[in-house]
Amino acid sequence: MNNKLMKVVGLLLISVMLLAACQPAATATPAVEAPAAATEAPSTDATEVATEVAATTPSCGTEPVVLKATFETGFDIPFKLAEEFTKQFPNVTWDISQDQFANLITSTPLVLASDNAPDLLRLPTMVSFAKDGLLMNLDSYAEAFGWNDWPVPQLNQNRIDADGVRGSGTLYAMGLNYSLTGVFYNKELAAQIGMTEAPKTVAEFEGLLAAAKTAGLQPIMIWGSAKSGMGLAFPLQQLMAAYGPVDPINEWIFGKAGATIDTPSNLVAAQKLEEWIKAGYFPVDVNAIEYTDAAARFGAGEGVFTFNGDWQNTGYDTAMPGNVGFFLMPPAEDGGPYAAMSAPLTFGIAAKAKNPDCAAFFLNWVATNDAAREIDVAIGGSNPGGPAGATMPEVAAGSVTAETLAAGPVMGADGGAMDFIANATSSIFAQGWTPELQKMVGGQQDAAGLLKAVQAEYERELAQ
Amino acid sequence: MMTLDKQPATLSASKRPRASKRVLRESFIGWLYVLPALLMYAVFVLVPFVLTIVYSFHKWNGVGLMTWVGLKNYITVFEVPNLIGTIFNAFWLVVWFSFIPVGLGLVVASVINRVATGRFGEMARTVLFLPYIIALVAAGIIWGWLLSLSGLVNQILSAIGLGSITRAWLGDFDWALSAVGIIGIWVLLGFCTVLLSTAMSKVDPSLYEAARIDGSNWIREFFAITVPLLKQEIGVCLTVTVIFALATFDIVYVATAGGPGNATSVPGLQIYILAFAQRNIGLASALAVMLMFLVVVIILPIQRLNKETY
Repeated sequence: MNNKLMKVVGLLLISVMLLAACQPAATATPAVEAPAAATEAPSTDATEVATEVAATTPSCGTEPVVLKATFETGFDIPFKLAEEFTKQFPNVTWDISQDQFANLITSTPLVLASDNAPDLLRLPTMVSFAKDGLLMNLDSYAEAFGWNDWPVPQLNQNRIDADGVRGSGTLYAMGLNYSLTGVFYNKELAAQIGMTEAPKTVAEFEGLLAAAKTAGLQPIMIWGSAKSGMGLAFPLQQLMAAYGPVDPINEWIFGKAGATIDTPSNLVAAQKLEEWIKAGYFPVDVNAIEYTDAAARFGAGEGVFTFNGDWQNTGYDTAMPGNVGFFLMPPAEDGGPYAAMSAPLTFGIAAKAKNPDCAAFFLNWVATNDAAREIDVAIGGSNPGGPAGATMPEVAAGSVTAETLAAGPVMGADGGAMDFIANATSSIFAQGWTPELQKMVGGQQDAAGLLKAVQAEYERELAQ
Repeated sequence: MMTLDKQPATLSASKRPRASKRVLRESFIGWLYVLPALLMYAVFVLVPFVLTIVYSFHKWNGVGLMTWVGLKNYITVFEVPNLIGTIFNAFWLVVWFSFIPVGLGLVVASVINRVATGRFGEMARTVLFLPYIIALVAAGIIWGWLLSLSGLVNQILSAIGLGSITRAWLGDFDWALSAVGIIGIWVLLGFCTVLLSTAMSKVDPSLYEAARIDGSNWIREFFAITVPLLKQEIGVCLTVTVIFALATFDIVYVATAGGPGNATSVPGLQIYILAFAQRNIGLASALAVMLMFLVVVIILPIQRLNKETY
C-alpha cells in the first residue's frame, strides 16, 4: 500500500517538477522593486547629465573606465567597434558578455533590472523596457551631440512617446547601423531569363518570375520554417508598400492607437502574395526551410531571386562573388515611390548604467568616426547613418554592398523607410505572421483571413 | 511528541524522560539530515510551484507591477484557438509517444526474450536503447535533416518507387505532427523495450512451459501470460511516456518550433513563447497550471489500473 502511495506521490512530484521546469521566471526579481528603482534612475541621471552638458559634451574622460556591455552572439560589428574604440581611447576597456538573440529577448529585462546592469546593450525589443523605466532617456545626449540634426528617419524608430507608441517622443536607443531590404538576384540566372535591368514595376517583376518558372528555374528562394520565422513576411511587406502608403504600415508597427494592418491596399498585397504562392514562385518545401538553408541554397544557385536584407551581403559576396545583384522592390506604378524595410541595429543604455556618458560617447563615435564607419560597412554591410555630411566608406565596385549602399538614398529620398511588420510586438512574428503565412502556403488561409488573424493577435498582445 | 503526551502516568519517572529525550534527539538529527535536500526541494520545486499558481491569477510582464485579474488568464486559454489547440496536439502525441512505444515495446521485448537470448539479445536491447540517451536536441536536429525534402527518408522513398508521396514532412500540415510523433517513437521505444524485457525475464519460465504443453502458440502466451504479469511495468511505461508526451518541449522546439501554422504546437512550447517572448507571465502560468492539472488527471487512472494487480 505504502509503495503505491509513494508512487502516486512520486508521480505528482515529477509532474510538478516538469512544470517547474516549464514555468517562467520563478527566480525573477521581486516585481515591486524594479519600477521603483527605475523611475528614480533616469530622472536623477538626466539631471546629472543636464548639468554636465552645460559644461562639456559627455565623454569617457581620461580616468580608466570599464564599459560593461551585452552584445549579440554571431554578429561581429560591436566587438570590432569596441576593439577599435579602445585603440583610440586606451583608458576605456570592455567587460563584454554575449548571448544569442533569442536568449537576449528573455534575459534582457532581468539584466536591466539587476544592480549590475550593462552600460551598453543590444536591445532585442524596447517599448516594454522603456515603459518599465529600465532604459536611459537619451534626449539630453541627443542634444549634446547634435543627434537631432541627423537625417530624420534615423532616430524616429528609437523614439517612444508617453503612450508607449514608437516613432516619436523620447529617444531610448541608437542604431549602430541601418539595414536595408530588397530583392537580391543571381546575375547568371537573371541573364538566362533575359533580365537586363532592374524591373520598374511589380508587373515587370512578375514577368521575370513567370519567365523563371517557364525556364524551369526556382523563381524565388526564401525561408519559412517556424524555427527561423516566416520569410514570406518580407515579400508581403514589400508588396504592401508597393500597393499602398508607408505611413499606415509604420503606425501599425509602432503601435499607434487604432492602427490596423487589415486595410484595402494591404489586402491587395496579400492577394498578390497568395497568387505568387499558387503560381509556384516559392519553393514547395518553404514551410520547412530555415534561414541559413535558404541562404545556402540561393548561394548554390537555387533561386533566381530572394528577398532579404543587406546584413546578408557579406555572406552572398563570399558564396557567389560578383554574381549577386540587388534592386529595391519596384513600386506598383512606373515612377511610383520606392520603399524598403530599414531598421537600426539598436543599442541602448541601461537606466542603472554606471558609465552612461562614456556609453553615449561611444554611440556618437560609431556614427561619426571614419574608422568606425568603415568597420560598420565592411563587416555589417549596412549604412552607418550619422550626420548628413558624413563621408561614406569606400567599398569594392561590383560587390553587392556597393549596390545596397547606392540604393539606400533612393529609398530615403522617397520617404519609403519602414520598420519590419515582424517587429510590431515582441511575438507578433511567432504567434501571428509565421503561423498564418504558413497556413497560406498550405492552402489553409486566404489573404483576407491572414490580415484578420494577425490583427486579432496584435490587439490581443497590445491589450495584455 | 505525540507519544510523549500519551504516556501512562504509571511509568517510572526516572526512565521515561531520558528515553524521550533520545527520541527527540534522534528525530532532530533525522531532520538535520533531510534539511539540505528539503531546502533545495522547497526552493526549486515548492516555491516555484506555488508562485506559478499565484502568477496565473495576475497580469504581469515579469518586471513591472502585477495586477490581479482573477480567472481571466484561464478564460483566455480557452478562447484563443492557438492555445487550446496545443492541448489537442498533446493528446495526439500521447498516441505516438506512449501507446505505440509501449505496445511495440511489449512485442519487441517478447520477441527478443523468445528468439534472441544471450549476446544477440543484449545487443538488440542496447541498440534500441541508444536513442533514449541521445540528447533530444541533437535527435531533433538530425531528424530535421532526415525528414527534409532532400533528406534520407525521401531518398529512400524515391528509391523504392514512392517518389510521388515525398514531401517536406516537418513542413506539411497533414504530416508534421505525426512526423514529430515518429521521432518520439524512436526515442522512447528503447526505454519501454528494456524495461519490459527486464520484467519478462523475471516471469517464471514454467508458466510458459505449461502453456506450451497445453499447445498454446506465441500469441496466446503473449496475451495470457506476458501482458497480465507485466501490468505493473506497463503502468510505469505508460506513466513515464504519457508525461513525456504531454509535457514535451525540446523535440518540438528543435524539429518544427510549432510549425507549420501551429500544427505541431504543444503546451510546453506555448508556455515558453508566452512567458519569455511575449512576457505574458500570467497567461503562461495559467497554461502551465492547466497542463499540470491535465497530467495529474490522466496519470491518476493509470495508477489505479496498476493497483488492481496487487
